[in-house]
Amino acid sequence: MGEFNVHRVRFFNYVPSGIRCVAYNNQSNRLAVSRTDGTVEIYNLSANYFQEKFFPGHESRATEALCWAKGQRLFSAGLNGEIIEYDLQALNVKYAVDAFGGPVWSMATSPSGSQLLVSNQVGCEDGSVKLFQITPDKIQFERNFDRQKSRILSLSWHPSGTHIAAGSIDYISVFDVKSGSAIHKILVDRQYMGVSKRKCIIWGVAFLSDGTIISVDSAGKVQFWDSATGTLVKSHLIANADVQSIAVSDQEDSFVVGTAEGTVFHFQLVSVTSNSSERQWVRTKPFQHHTHDVRTVAHSPTALISGGTDTHLVIRPLMEKVEVKNYDAALRKITFPHVSITPNPQGPHLYPIRRCLISCSKRKQLLLFQFAHHLELWRLGSTVATGKMGEGKNGDTLPLSKDADHLLHLKTKGPENIICSCISPCGSWIAYSTASRFFLYRLNYERDNISLQRVSDATVSRTVESMCLLAVSPDGNWLAASGTSAGVHVYNLKHLKLHCTVPAYNFPVTALAIAPNTNNLVIAHSDQQVFEYSIPDKQYTEWSRNIQKQGFHYLWLQRDTPITHISFHPKRPMHILLHDAYMFCIIDKSLPLPNDKTLLYNPLPPTNESDVIRRRTAHAFKISKIYKPLLFMDLLDERTLVAVERPLDDIIAQLPPPIKKKKFGT
Amino acid sequence: MAALEEEFTLSSVHLGTGPDGLLGVEQSDKTDQFLVTDSSRTVILYKVSDQKPLGSWSVKQGQVITCPAVCNFQTGEYIVVHDNKLSAEVYRIHSVQGTEPLVLFKEGAVRGLEVLLAEPQQKIETVISDEEVIKWTKLFMVYRHPVLIYITEKHGAYFAYVQTFHSCVLSKYTLLLGQEEKSVIQSFTASVTRKVISLMSLSSDGCIYETLIPVHPSDPEKSQKVLRSLLLKDIVSGSARNGAALTVLDRDHLAVLGPPLPAAKDCLSIWNTKFQTLQTSKELPQGTSGQVWYYGENLFILHGKFLVVIPYKCEVSSLAGALGKLKHSQDPGTHAMSHFVNWEASQGSGVGSQNSEQSKRIKDSEKHIEVELRKFLATKRTPEFHTTIGDVVIGFVARCKAEPSFYPRNSLMQLIQTHGLSYSLCPGLMEVALEKTDVQMLQLCLQQFPDIPESATCACLKLFLSIGDDSLKEADVSMDSVSDYSDAVHDEKMEQQPKILQNGFNPEENNCNNCDQALSEKHQDTREETTSCPVTPKRAALFRNAVLHAAYSEAFLLPHLKDVPAQHITLFLQYLYFLYLKCNENATMTLPGIHPPTLNQIMDWICLLLDANFTVVVMIPEAKRLLLNLYKFVKSQICICSELNKIEVSFRELQKLNQEKNNRELYSIEVLELF
Repeated sequence: MGEFNVHRVRFFNYVPSGIRCVAYNNQSNRLAVSRTDGTVEIYNLSANYFQEKFFPGHESRATEALCWAKGQRLFSAGLNGEIIEYDLQALNVKYAVDAFGGPVWSMATSPSGSQLLVSNQVGCEDGSVKLFQITPDKIQFERNFDRQKSRILSLSWHPSGTHIAAGSIDYISVFDVKSGSAIHKILVDRQYMGVSKRKCIIWGVAFLSDGTIISVDSAGKVQFWDSATGTLVKSHLIANADVQSIAVSDQEDSFVVGTAEGTVFHFQLVSVTSNSSERQWVRTKPFQHHTHDVRTVAHSPTALISGGTDTHLVIRPLMEKVEVKNYDAALRKITFPHVSITPNPQGPHLYPIRRCLISCSKRKQLLLFQFAHHLELWRLGSTVATGKMGEGKNGDTLPLSKDADHLLHLKTKGPENIICSCISPCGSWIAYSTASRFFLYRLNYERDNISLQRVSDATVSRTVESMCLLAVSPDGNWLAASGTSAGVHVYNLKHLKLHCTVPAYNFPVTALAIAPNTNNLVIAHSDQQVFEYSIPDKQYTEWSRNIQKQGFHYLWLQRDTPITHISFHPKRPMHILLHDAYMFCIIDKSLPLPNDKTLLYNPLPPTNESDVIRRRTAHAFKISKIYKPLLFMDLLDERTLVAVERPLDDIIAQLPPPIKKKKFGT
Repeated sequence: MAALEEEFTLSSVHLGTGPDGLLGVEQSDKTDQFLVTDSSRTVILYKVSDQKPLGSWSVKQGQVITCPAVCNFQTGEYIVVHDNKLSAEVYRIHSVQGTEPLVLFKEGAVRGLEVLLAEPQQKIETVISDEEVIKWTKLFMVYRHPVLIYITEKHGAYFAYVQTFHSCVLSKYTLLLGQEEKSVIQSFTASVTRKVISLMSLSSDGCIYETLIPVHPSDPEKSQKVLRSLLLKDIVSGSARNGAALTVLDRDHLAVLGPPLPAAKDCLSIWNTKFQTLQTSKELPQGTSGQVWYYGENLFILHGKFLVVIPYKCEVSSLAGALGKLKHSQDPGTHAMSHFVNWEASQGSGVGSQNSEQSKRIKDSEKHIEVELRKFLATKRTPEFHTTIGDVVIGFVARCKAEPSFYPRNSLMQLIQTHGLSYSLCPGLMEVALEKTDVQMLQLCLQQFPDIPESATCACLKLFLSIGDDSLKEADVSMDSVSDYSDAVHDEKMEQQPKILQNGFNPEENNCNNCDQALSEKHQDTREETTSCPVTPKRAALFRNAVLHAAYSEAFLLPHLKDVPAQHITLFLQYLYFLYLKCNENATMTLPGIHPPTLNQIMDWICLLLDANFTVVVMIPEAKRLLLNLYKFVKSQICICSELNKIEVSFRELQKLNQEKNNRELYSIEVLELF
């Protein structure tokens, strides 16, 4: 059916930033994740863990704390001493407020969600706790708590809002919120496995409604304290390294801690004996999904969420809380941003809104790679066999007549991270944008020399509601746009007005594209549904109706990464090309749809089979799982594909070495 | 097992006892409190657990208490009689739980206390004849009705009177003393079952006799005679200064107070009447009053001037326990009483002459047991089946030990084959089988029991190695897996030794060249030797089916293996080596037959034997060739291992190279076809 020469690219040296904080919002079932480069991502846990929003990072904005406040407001604070509120509609920073002190180490919203507590460093080592009132459009400093002799690294409110626990170095303080004075100072044992360590850093505290304080520290201990008497109730030594994070469930019957060894431990409050009302905290389950430090954990009602230096976001469902065996019951490990590109096949029109790490110029066979602070331009190589089909069998590697070249390394100015970038199909324009500025360059090719000319430097003005995904029709007549809220709007570019709106669907759009000639809009959603909508007819196409009637194959629906790119074959109008991180698929609309009994993925060629059988088993979904993890795949010409892979091993190889753990008692 | 615990003195203040000791110790209505009546004027209430008096009462000066104070359990009052007076002279007041106190007059009449108090001046009739004197009395409750017994004496003749109050019957029995007509009875005690009062008496000849008196006489009108029988012989010396006393502790146990030998000091001893064994004894060097009381779990004795309490404990008695005590009765605080007569001697002397008769009796009993057992095994198995058959086997073993000719072999085999037994359920069984050199039984045990201790395994091994071929021939040993191949052994040709060893090293280069050459001269012999089984098939079967499969822990087995004679070790090693060579004959490295020992088991045993006995075996000339063979074998193994390691490292390097090649491919153009 289809035979392609595939440029298999593994030289995209992309390393995601480590995860620093996660914050779970119970009301909206959203998860905010901040990375060490200052990026903040919002995942919608209801929509199949789709990364629906993202705030670009900033060099000086290293987040140390992230929390949600009343009314779905998101705050972050970091080592630059600023408290930042994000605008989740416009997808920008709403404002940044100086926290009147040094680096912020920790931040916590009050149980009512109307107050914000910030601990920052004053002077060299002194720690102070400050209370801010959250007003409808800003935050206002209220007062200082008693100054402490050392840094305060963790904060936790008592659920009643009257007291707070603050973890410091070698001790835990309990403050009275009304008076702002420390009423207790609980000293923590420095001992670690019998050896006195220099300092015992309290990385995390949790204040339970019964007055118990749970602390995790650098000596590898999880300790339970009675806040009324300041006495140690119970101590669990769980790691040979730091325990860095803790999160408690809303019911206070379970909590999760993460260690620097990459292990996550689940603790549960269980009855001492069956039928007994006496309950105690028991370490129930250890999970080892990380290779490096688990810097942060969160506890949703049904899952344990952890993230750390190894850049994975791991969502581990609690099987006892999951009623139906579906998507939510599976372990999720999210490594790559859900990238998507907004291609513009013709002309110099560029619509760079969404983060797109890779774009390609088909005509010149160029690839543009986006990093946090620079861009790389590569020219693909070639083979003597190019263009002559039938020279190799499936899986053969063709001899290279010319290797890929690194043409350009373009550094950005300023501290802001690049949000998105794009190269025009003709290969003569490069555009990129940061949160506040837009840059356009013109490329001149003189044999092997390239000169770059800056054309435009515009300040980006923002709309009320940001658009997440755009698609332009090849003839330049139509623009499809999907915003943060549901629904895809189609605009007529000739008349600059709204043409129609695709009926709203519950799940966010992960990829959009308009087919040439037919102007059919293909939409992929995070629940793995794919729709085809005819823009001229303002209705779903017959094929789309059919597949909705019959339903997708169950294996198709069970994939756990979203479709990030859709494209079309110039010569075969019945084909739709799409891919997610682990598969590449060509949908042939002329073939029958598969049902649950047919084999969806057939990796082997149908050798020794008569054409009859082959025809009977052939179905519309042609899948290849050779390339993974697949960040980008597109058609260069009718017989050539480009696939950009980023093997996980390569990422891990670039991370700092993990803490060595002994294996097999050696 | 009956045992006496550490005594304690009830009161440090000594009691005003007369020459005859105390009048009595009686229970009060509280379990821990006892009334002690001394022979003068005082009654003291003691709380035993606190070892202190709670209260004391005295009669007026000039008055004398004449019988022990008792507690009226119905009212909680204490009753004491002074100067013998009530309506007539009182012998004793009896008070037990469940009935009103009963007053026994010296003339033999009995009255309830309430009747007496209601009508104090009533006439008390005379029951016994003029010169009869009441010696002892006791009140029992039989079916909730009181039964009173008292013993009278007249001119050396003893009479027992049993008064039942339910039917108001008084019956009189004459105690016939048998051969020892002239002996004086020093002390009585009695226990009661539903129908019979068992009266035990301690005579001046030092023996204890038992007399059985029915509670309900068949013919109350007639005066009846009861014969006493010897229960225990020569328990105390007849010439006790203060006399001797005895009291029944429970169904099988008696406490006897008195000097065991004429010159000895007083001694409290506990006897098992069922097995006629001394359970424990305690010397009382300061002398006693010849009185002993027993209530609850406490024995009360006047030791010197002090009333001491000796707690007594008795676990369920068994023959094994009883025998055990005889074997080593060295409990701390008690003395081994060598001067006590061996209990077997008191069994009577007729054993020897009845030998043939007895063996016939034993054979009959074995057959009977077998039949009964078959019936039992045919029934449905209950959850307690395992413990039940365990108890049965323990019973058998105990009897085997007691009666050397008794050995219910068939029954035991049958029981072992139920798969319900284990070593710990019947610890003595293998010991007995070892004693009887019953190899078949031992083989069966080794196969069936999961928990045989290493000492027992090793004892079996020793027996298997040392037992003569003649006696083996007679034994009916299970030959399950051995017979299959031992016949074919001689036909098979082994590969030549050096060829086997060539795996992984070059024999020419090894530094054992000389011995190799020496060996190759005799190569033909060696082959003969290693290919033929060094032991008879029956013995092989014992080793293979039993010993090699036994579970063991090296640390525990090694010390026992050291005791095996070196010749036997060599033989066993040869056999194991033979098995190893047999293993090597096929590709799967297994032996033919059903459930054969694995190669690992064989190797482990070789290592164990060598570990335990190497210094000895190395000195034996016959073992030299064997050790050399083993040495070469180990050497070749080491070579193979090192070669394998080299190969593994090479493979790893190749894999690494391969991976690097894959990794370096950052860019390629490939052909993709979609199906």
